[in-house]
Amino acid sequence: MVCLLVWGFGGLRFETSIGTGYDLSNSVFSPDGRNFQVEYAVKAVENGGTAVGIRCKDGVVLAVEKIITSKLLKPGANKRIATVDRHVGIVSAGLVPDGRHFVSRARDEASSWRGVYKGPIPTSALANRLGGYVQAYTLYSSVRPFGTTAIVAGWDSEAELAVDGQVGSGPSSGSGGKVEGAKGGGPGLYMIEPSGLYWGYYGAATGKGRQAAKAELEKLDLSSGNLSLADGVKEAARIIYVAHEDSKDKEFELEMSWISSVDGPTKGRHEEVPKELREEAEKAAKRALEGEDEEEEEKMEE
Amino acid sequence: MNHFPEAWGRPRDDVYGAYDHSYLQTTGPKAHTSSPAVTGTSVLGVKFNGGVVLATDNLASYGSLARFTDVKRLRVFGSNAIVGFGGDVSDMQYIDRLLESIDIRENYSHHGNMLNAKNLHTYLSKVFYKRRSEFNPLWNHVLVAGYDGEGEPFLSSADLLGTTFSAPHLATGFGAHLAVPILRRLFPEEMPLEEVSKEAAIDALKQCLKVLYYRDARSMDKYSIAVITKEGIDIKENEVIEGQSWAFAERVKGYGAQTK
Amino acid sequence: MVAPHGVTGMLGEDGIHVDMQHLKSGEVNLGTSIMAINFKDGVILGADSRTTTGAYIANRVTDKLTQVHDTIWCCRSGSAADTQAVADIVSYHLNMYGVTNNEAPSTQVAASLFQELCYENKDALSAGIIIAGYDPRHGGQVYSIPLGGSLHKQSFAIGGSGSTYIYGYTDAHWREQMTEQEGIDFVRSALQEAIKWDGSSGGVIRLVVLTKKGAVRHLYLPDNGYTGPGVTN
Repeated sequence: MVCLLVWGFGGLRFETSIGTGYDLSNSVFSPDGRNFQVEYAVKAVENGGTAVGIRCKDGVVLAVEKIITSKLLKPGANKRIATVDRHVGIVSAGLVPDGRHFVSRARDEASSWRGVYKGPIPTSALANRLGGYVQAYTLYSSVRPFGTTAIVAGWDSEAELAVDGQVGSGPSSGSGGKVEGAKGGGPGLYMIEPSGLYWGYYGAATGKGRQAAKAELEKLDLSSGNLSLADGVKEAARIIYVAHEDSKDKEFELEMSWISSVDGPTKGRHEEVPKELREEAEKAAKRALEGEDEEEEEKMEE
Repeated sequence: MNHFPEAWGRPRDDVYGAYDHSYLQTTGPKAHTSSPAVTGTSVLGVKFNGGVVLATDNLASYGSLARFTDVKRLRVFGSNAIVGFGGDVSDMQYIDRLLESIDIRENYSHHGNMLNAKNLHTYLSKVFYKRRSEFNPLWNHVLVAGYDGEGEPFLSSADLLGTTFSAPHLATGFGAHLAVPILRRLFPEEMPLEEVSKEAAIDALKQCLKVLYYRDARSMDKYSIAVITKEGIDIKENEVIEGQSWAFAERVKGYGAQTK
Repeated sequence: MVAPHGVTGMLGEDGIHVDMQHLKSGEVNLGTSIMAINFKDGVILGADSRTTTGAYIANRVTDKLTQVHDTIWCCRSGSAADTQAVADIVSYHLNMYGVTNNEAPSTQVAASLFQELCYENKDALSAGIIIAGYDPRHGGQVYSIPLGGSLHKQSFAIGGSGSTYIYGYTDAHWREQMTEQEGIDFVRSALQEAIKWDGSSGGVIRLVVLTKKGAVRHLYLPDNGYTGPGVTN
């Protein structure tokens, strides 16, 4: 019967999944190879507050637009950016509880890595494991996919790390035979979608205002690797404000975190951006937006 | 062949008798560490007005062999607690990693790591007690130094059995015999903590380390010393015992009647 | 090791029941002289080649230098069976690390894996292992894991029964940043001394030099006073 229905509405089946029956269960493909449950999960993400991540030359910054859903909520409480191990931060858009579970899994992965390798998990390896985890939730009819897209930011130490619990220190003049400028450490930024798909990014955006945010991120020429972390913080704040323009009726809080290089302000750790710095960035963001409005007004006058 | 693969290839029951499965029993007693291998000796600690000072030497012995001479036995936890380790070095590394994982987890809360030295000591003593109850002890005797919940200087010991002990000054191992009497003389029981200065506490530990170096055959003259104050932790890990007295050996001749 | 409670003696009268304790004590041991050092361009590992069961030399040309990854090697001492098993497991994990992370494992990773196995199974193992590895980022590194399963980073490490005879020699002659030839001479003469005084060490001297150029094996024979042939691969 279902089959007849699909063929009957041949032209329609690419437009909608409703009524075809293929959208009711995870782990069942539609005839044209889509997993509708995953696509619905993406819809959940598209309703969430905008989240962005920027990979700078000396660190990574995360920012999220936290829509205030009730005046009874304490300002600054109920954080949306979480720390994993010491050097990774995760922000997600979509269903908040799904995001929390995702973070919990990330912490378990980081801890299990430490258990075996006695050191911090590389951001790339964490993203890989989390990608695999999310993907598994698209395979079974007994579960639903994650209603979140997560941005994972980390800094892999560029310094030589001791094994956890190490005693002894080797030669006082340092190890022999080091190759000058050998690759090691640096910023990492990954975005993991409900399908389990993940890519590494220079700049990532998700949630309601992602289109505007992506357009702004593309203007930054991040791939040249010139943007400093300090400027990245300002840009991230501005982009969240720009992305908020389309839902101006709702109030929001800006939450921001950063991870600098080992010799930077956070010493390689994921931390909340200090209040003063964030407020300064917010002021600049508001000024930039007002400036744009003025320009437009001037144009109108002409 | 029958359907009991575990019996395949075994001598025939009808000839040799049934296999006595008690030999393969996995329950029952299991042998664990009965002695430590690579070990550190004494840990010393003194409370003073506003803080605590802790010291150990940098030696890890292998029996009587002075095998590793650059082992840092004072391990920092969070921003204002230190654990000084005596005993097995592999178990010290295990505990150090355990504490690191706790510090990471604590920082997940938005208040950061709230555990003070007193909490840490309580936790450690329970880890020790749990392991001794499993007949698989963590072979250490530690001193924990920092502050308690009231912000007062804290110093306490815990050992492989889960025994705990607190005092204004403490020492483990050989130090319990050689350093404690010295510390008791310098800082008598009736002396209030307010009268013990940081400098006096540091000097006292240096004195004790020297006596231990003279008399503990598992000690060395390179040491680490950590001072915990409200300003934070000041740790020095490559100190050398100074002002030793050996020249009197010139006057020691023979072992009795001999004078030349 | 599981002590079969209430069971003593060696072999049961039926010839089936075996006392593991007794078997263990009869194991092939690497009563050994091994060492590894840091030098200017990387690390050098060295070992004698004697394997004994009691006083009998079970193998006089043993290779105690074991590769666990491209430029991460180890020197094994203690029970031959135990250390081979541990090295095989670590080798497997490092191989898996390489393929899953698209990046060669560092020496720290190898040392951590060795330690995890040696520490968690300390009651069952008799293994003293020295790990030496080279990677472009960290250069050459030497780690030592003695009997209890602690991990020590060192500028150079010596191990095995023969090492007790050369603590003085190596400490007196050790210098940081030696050239490759100086490093080879240091390891070779130290092992020569250990072989001379330790009955459980002997045979040839094997070396592995680990630098950015990869691993190079050396061999030095007793019948020419350990002067050659030198490089063998």
